[in-house]
Formats: sequence, C-alpha cells, structure tokens
Amino acid sequence: MADPRLLPRLDPENRFFWSSGADGLLRFLQCGECATYVHPPRPICPHCRSELVAPASVPGTGVVDTFTINRQKWHPGMEVPFVIARIAIDGAPGVFLTSNIIQTDPENVAIGDRVKVVFEQQEDVFLPFFEKID
Amino acid sequence: MSSSPSLKRSTDVASKDAFITGIGQSQVGVRLARHPLLLTIDAIREALDDAGLMIDDIDGISTYPGKTAVPAGFSPVGCEDLIDALRMKIHWFAGGMETTSQLGAVVAAANAVRAGQARHVICFRTVYEAAAAARPEEFPQPRPGRLDGYVQWTMPFNAYSAVNWVAQYAMRHVKTYGLKREQLAQIALNGRANAGLNPRALVRDPLSLDQYMESRMISDPLCLFDCDRFSDASTVLIVSAGEAAGDVKCTPIRIAAAAFESERHSWDQSEWMAAYPTGARLWQNTDYKPKDVDTVQLYDGFSFLTLTWLEGLGFCAKGEGGEFIEGGHRIALDGELPLNTFGGQLSAGRLHGFGFAHEAVTQLRGLGGARQIAGDPKVAVATSGGGPLATALLLARD
Repeated sequence: MADPRLLPRLDPENRFFWSSGADGLLRFLQCGECATYVHPPRPICPHCRSELVAPASVPGTGVVDTFTINRQKWHPGMEVPFVIARIAIDGAPGVFLTSNIIQTDPENVAIGDRVKVVFEQQEDVFLPFFEKID
Repeated sequence: MSSSPSLKRSTDVASKDAFITGIGQSQVGVRLARHPLLLTIDAIREALDDAGLMIDDIDGISTYPGKTAVPAGFSPVGCEDLIDALRMKIHWFAGGMETTSQLGAVVAAANAVRAGQARHVICFRTVYEAAAAARPEEFPQPRPGRLDGYVQWTMPFNAYSAVNWVAQYAMRHVKTYGLKREQLAQIALNGRANAGLNPRALVRDPLSLDQYMESRMISDPLCLFDCDRFSDASTVLIVSAGEAAGDVKCTPIRIAAAAFESERHSWDQSEWMAAYPTGARLWQNTDYKPKDVDTVQLYDGFSFLTLTWLEGLGFCAKGEGGEFIEGGHRIALDGELPLNTFGGQLSAGRLHGFGFAHEAVTQLRGLGGARQIAGDPKVAVATSGGGPLATALLLARD
C-alpha cells in the first residue's frame, strides 16, 4: 500500500479516468472519428475537432520516458526516496502519465524500462501506479 | 512620491515603440515584517525617482499574477490594492495567472502603451512567501482538499513541486546528452559569485564546487543549490509609450521584441520545455541576432531552466549547454556572455521573473556598480519561466 495521497476531485470530465481501475483497465478518451487519444480529458478531439470522444481501454503497458528520484520530504509523513516517472502509454501515441514506479529499488529505474499499470484504490479513486516488467 | 518635476528630454523614437523607463526594487529578504503593500510602494518610489516621474504620471498598472490567498504569500498585492491605496487615476490595468509567465505582465503593458491605452504603466511582482510561511496565523495555509486542475495529474503521485517536473526534463538531458552535475553547477556558482557584488542580493557568501557537489539531492539530478528559495520583495518596472519616453530623466530601454511559443501547454505531455520554441521565436520577431547580445538574464528558479534557455535562444546547440557553461568562464562577468549578473533567483532572491528584466535594464544603462559588465552593453535578453510557460524579452539601448 502506498501512503495516503492527495486525491483528485471527481467531476463529469475526469471521473471515468480515476474510476477506470475498478475493473483493472486503464482508459483514456479516444476520438470516434480519427482515433486520436485525448489527454487530459476534454470534450473535443484536438486533431479533427470531432466531439465524438469516449473512454477507450489501452493495454496498460508503457515505457519510462523520463524520471526523477525524489528525495525531499514534502510533508513529514512522506517516505523517501521514490521514483516519479513520465510513462509513454502503449497504444495511445502522444499520451503520457506522470506516476510512480513502485515495487523496485529507485536506483533500479532507467529511461526505456518497460512497465505495466497496477491500480491502488484510495477512497473513490483508483490510482494508476506502474511496476517494471521483468 | 517624487516631488521633482519631470525632466523633458528630446528623443527621436517611433511612436509604436515601448520602453522600460524607471526601475525599482524594495528590500529583498526572508521573513520581512514590512507589509507587502508597503514593499510594493517602496519599489514604486524607487522606480518613479529613477524615471523622474510622479505618481500622477502613472496611468496604467500590470502585474503577475494578481492578488491571491493561495499559495500563502505567492501574490499578496493586486492592482486594485495599489489603485485604491494611492488613489491612482488609472486608464488601464491587468493582472492574471493566465499569461506566458511573469514577464507576460511586461508584454501586456508594452502592448497597452503601443495601443495608446496608457502612457506610463507600473509593472510589479511582489512576493512574500518566506514571511507568510513564518506567520501562519496571518497567512493560513489552506488544508489540503481534493485536487482540481492540472495538479490532479501530478500531486496524487507525490510530484508536489515544480522541481519534480523540471528534474524529469533535466534527467532526459543527462541521459540523452550527458549533462554532468559539475557542468550544471556553474549556473549556481556563477550566480553566487555575482551576488557577492550585488548589495541587495539575498545570499552573498561564496559557494564552491565542492559545496555544490556535496549538497543534498532534492530530485535527481537537481540538488539544493539548483533550487531558488522563498523570498520577500517587490520589483517594479515602468513601461512607457514611445511618445512618452521623453518624459523621463533615465535612459529608456526599448523592448525590441518579445516572444512565447510552446509545443504543448502542459508540464508532462511535451517532449521538451517551452524555452526551446520560445527562444527560436524571439529571433523571428527581430532583426537582432544572438551574436548582438551583450548579456543574458535567464530565469533560474531551477538551474536547469537557465541551461534550456541558453540552448533555446541559440547561444549553443540543443544538448550542448553543459559544455557551453563548463568551467563557468564563458558566462562569468568578464566572459563572452555574462549571465545573471545580479545573482539570479538562486542567489539574489526569488524575485520571480521580474529580477531578470530589472538587471538587464541596470546593465544596459551601465549602472551595475561592482558587477557592471565592460564594453558599453547595448542589447540584452531577459526571460521568465521556461516551460510550459515562457517569456523572452529582447531589450536594447538605442
């Protein structure tokens, strides 16, 4: 279990994303006309301007695009060090998630590492963390 | 305010030009007791005296980001406080967070005077975060609730601070181009050396490479000395219309060009930071070239931002910033491209963007005192932000 996190306020635009992990799947908005993924969620496709955007699942794997090892305690209860990474999401070109790489030594993370999503529920939010794929 | 009469001076300038005329700055410190509105007025007084203007000559105000209670001390003074406190007669004012970063307030003022909305505009940035943190009873930090807006994509993952966001771009530079800590250190070391010659700088003790290398890491590859720290201060720049530049007694500095461009308005969906396209765009907006620039004052809220500005503005190629600043000679006061001659935010205090334009004007007027660069400088670049927000100003003494 990760330490308790600050959580997003759920609204009609973001609820699908933060609830998506309930069935273990990662979802992003996708354009029904041209298949472009739309993240963060907005009610229009940035490519073709279609308003037919709807949540679509992706495989849940990705690649560490870049990362940092945070060593500063931003509040007294924070456990450090930990990895903050930007994950390039497989199947959704151009979409990235900022997340944590968990279940590994922070010094063991590198750009290009393959990772997969693991959800953790905190209150009504399913946080998408990532683990390395061996 | 200044009681001296305005000195008239004939200047031959295009009416559509905008100039930075008077500049001023309050005391710079941490945990200051003086009211933030009074710090702002201290800086205004100095700027008016500098320009030989009176408060009644001012008919516009521009600020970043406007008054806000959150984060505590981030921006405790707004245009409306000043207008009423000094009973100013204002024809145009604006302040807001949704602009191209702190110096976007100067760009807005320049546009206002070019459009004839105002003659002399006070631009100010007042920061009070150190004082606010020390006096929580006066400046309560709100209890963390649910997250709205962009931070919902970062803070649930304990990416609390901009240092975590910037560090990921810095790590990409390290892994792609081989940037070394010994190289990046030169931004902090150069700033500290220059701060020692700036009587107003917040931190003036010498800083050695060993101290830098041994300091604790905050978010790899950035260490403590790569991060600015909360400060209390106000900085003022008066932006004047071309036809009004003859009103002032100080040497007007022309805003020759301004630029902003970003790949994607996002902290984590862009390949690189906005300093790159913004730097390139600046040269599309002017006939000046990088080789014409005598000094650069580049945002260093985090040291890595300065490196991206050097690359983005074309002083070296992308990826070569580490080699460019290696050893620190090139960017030193007596180097070929003196950088952050007042100390930058890292050492002079977190003046939040406005300090860079204040120093560019100081140097172009030859008023840098012990830190004045040689060679009659005429052209400077001042920037704020770096990504996804970025503002570049090209300033010239005609």
